[in-house]
Amino acid sequence: MIQEFITGVGILVGLGVFFAVVIAVAYKRLRVFEDPRIDEVEEMLPHANCGACGQPGCRAFAEALVKGEATPSKCTVSSAEGVERIANYLGVDAGSEEKRVARLLCAGGKNEAHNLADYRGGLRTCRGESVVTGGIKSCTWGCLGLGDCVEVCNFDALYMNEDGLPTVIADKCTACGDCVRICPKGLFEIMPLSQKLVVQCKSLLEGDLAESKCSVACTACGRCVADSVPGVIEIKNNLAVVNYDLNELTKPDAIRRCPTGAIVWLEGQQFAGSAQSELPVGRVERYENY
Amino acid sequence: MIFGKKHGLNERLLTFRHGVHPEEYKELSDHCAIERMPFVEMYTLPLSQHLGAPSRAIVRKGQEVRRGELIAEPASFVSVGLHSPVDGTVVSVGLVDQPNGQMAPGIRIKTDPYSPQRMAETSIPDPESISVGDFLKAVQWAGIVGLGGAAFPAHVKFSIPKDKTCKYLMLNGCECEPFLTADHRVMLEYTRDLLDGTRILQHFVQAERIIIGVEANKADAVAALRQTAVEMNFPVEVIPLQVKYPQGAEKMMISAILGEEVPSGKLPIDVGALVTNVGTIAALSQYFRQGKPLIERVVTVTGTAVKRPANVLVPIGTPMREVVDYCGGLTSKTVRILLGGPMMGVSQKTLDVPVVKGTSGILLLTDREVQDLDTYNCIRCGRCVDACPIFLNPARMGAMAKQKLWDEMEALNVMDCFECASCSYVCPSAIPLVQSFRIGKSMIREKKAREAGK
Repeated sequence: MIQEFITGVGILVGLGVFFAVVIAVAYKRLRVFEDPRIDEVEEMLPHANCGACGQPGCRAFAEALVKGEATPSKCTVSSAEGVERIANYLGVDAGSEEKRVARLLCAGGKNEAHNLADYRGGLRTCRGESVVTGGIKSCTWGCLGLGDCVEVCNFDALYMNEDGLPTVIADKCTACGDCVRICPKGLFEIMPLSQKLVVQCKSLLEGDLAESKCSVACTACGRCVADSVPGVIEIKNNLAVVNYDLNELTKPDAIRRCPTGAIVWLEGQQFAGSAQSELPVGRVERYENY
Repeated sequence: MIFGKKHGLNERLLTFRHGVHPEEYKELSDHCAIERMPFVEMYTLPLSQHLGAPSRAIVRKGQEVRRGELIAEPASFVSVGLHSPVDGTVVSVGLVDQPNGQMAPGIRIKTDPYSPQRMAETSIPDPESISVGDFLKAVQWAGIVGLGGAAFPAHVKFSIPKDKTCKYLMLNGCECEPFLTADHRVMLEYTRDLLDGTRILQHFVQAERIIIGVEANKADAVAALRQTAVEMNFPVEVIPLQVKYPQGAEKMMISAILGEEVPSGKLPIDVGALVTNVGTIAALSQYFRQGKPLIERVVTVTGTAVKRPANVLVPIGTPMREVVDYCGGLTSKTVRILLGGPMMGVSQKTLDVPVVKGTSGILLLTDREVQDLDTYNCIRCGRCVDACPIFLNPARMGAMAKQKLWDEMEALNVMDCFECASCSYVCPSAIPLVQSFRIGKSMIREKKAREAGK
């Protein structure tokens, strides 16, 4: 009886000692050195995991920082002090990143581009509407106005304005690109704030046809091309395209003669002064005049 | 085991596992003989009416074209030709509205009102004396695509890889979507064309068995096909199938008739089967025997909101508005316009889109059929799991979609889903499952494209 007890305890103790030795050896032999600064730097980052820096998350960005592959200012979510703190801790230059924001390349809200039908039932999201009918707006390229981007934004940097267009709050936008990826029409683009001349349209139609779909469409008339330094604006596929390599040469003159207001000169905020409104809800109407 | 007594067929009905049986509504138009749509003033022909690369336009603005003349040529192997449906003048080559709600390049043709609208004379090869390659090329340039709805180029389907053999040539006459009766009428009225087209195709694929699968609610088509086959001395098996949705999906038909499952990501030819819609085969015969490329197709105009439901032979490119007007116009109670059937059809925001090669029906519904149900939470009843014909787990995928977990959806094989909507149909909580799967699929595809572009 006592013999069996001792055998049992002995086996267990023996196993315990054996594995302890294995673990101890493995700990020494297989140990991966990790710079303790990575943890420290990660602590100082905002933990938003938004991806705006180009890394998969804050941890990866911290590793890149410690390796010196990135500059602290790449993190657009951190405040200026936060960036400074990381730079001081690592003893590196904070770097200077130009402030970038998401711009909506469509100005056709519900007052500019009309709906051809009503979207009822199902998922009331832009993606949902897009997979069912391709969108109910007269303009096939335009913003659907159901606010997928507002919902996806982690930083409350977007709201729907009274015209049914998502408005980016430039101060809060971290240029993470979530709205760019969710938009089924691909209307968002991340742009530096210094790019002030923006064509807020993606319609590939020209002239009256474009304007019949949306009152603020680019009609490809070419006036902005004539009014700016040669080469700055080009008409491509019935759309004015600004060549941002020549950004210093852009002038507000280009927008003066635009008949529809599709091209704008943005000082900071897009759709400035527009009031916030609720996300849209469904209405029931019929095809009375088909 | 289900016998077809109810449908007047004294034999066993085959079927696949799972699926649903929605109300059929076929009686609205299944007795209406095919009528020819008169020519209208303007035709709009998108260059991308098929799966694959858009055709390349070979006409200019102002050019005069003849009915049946080639106006766009195939741009690659998975692409087909496009022909003018009328004698007329090209008004523009540019962006046109497409039934999927997008604008894409297309050709607009104004009809010559004084033309007799005879087919342009072209030399058609004799299908019995040409090689397989020439046959496939002829099919490609004739613009023939699958008329069941997906508009997959027919010559791609007919070209059998060297290492595979086609043992079963299967014609799909199931037409399992409620409301639609176009294929039914084709089987009744173009029976000879259909069997002749099958004979042409059989000459090239040399299948062991030729099978026509027809849902049992089309017993008259079964009888007509059998009788004509005997008259033409052509050995085909006409197999009645149980009336169940989605019986007409090719993988479901293979599982019902052959009892084999097409593996995920594989094609029917991998189990030795070639499945084609009956309308496509009739079009094949009409091209080789009558010299008519794919310039018109049978479209069912139906639904409770249209005054006179009908099966209409419509030239490709006719505006939907004209087709609906031809059938008496809309009633004011119309709340939904669908291209295709109620289960898989595409909702339309406007009638100003053309009938394209993939348009099997125009369905106009009133608020009697279209109800806006409130969506509730999933109660885990498992009815969607019982309904899914390919044995996916829609409830789980729906939950993942709600959380925007696209990668998890991919792991649950959402990419295999062919969007038959059986799960959405049975869901007691009215969860828009298929819609969320489509969103998931689009997100996964976009992500893959982004990663490939990097």
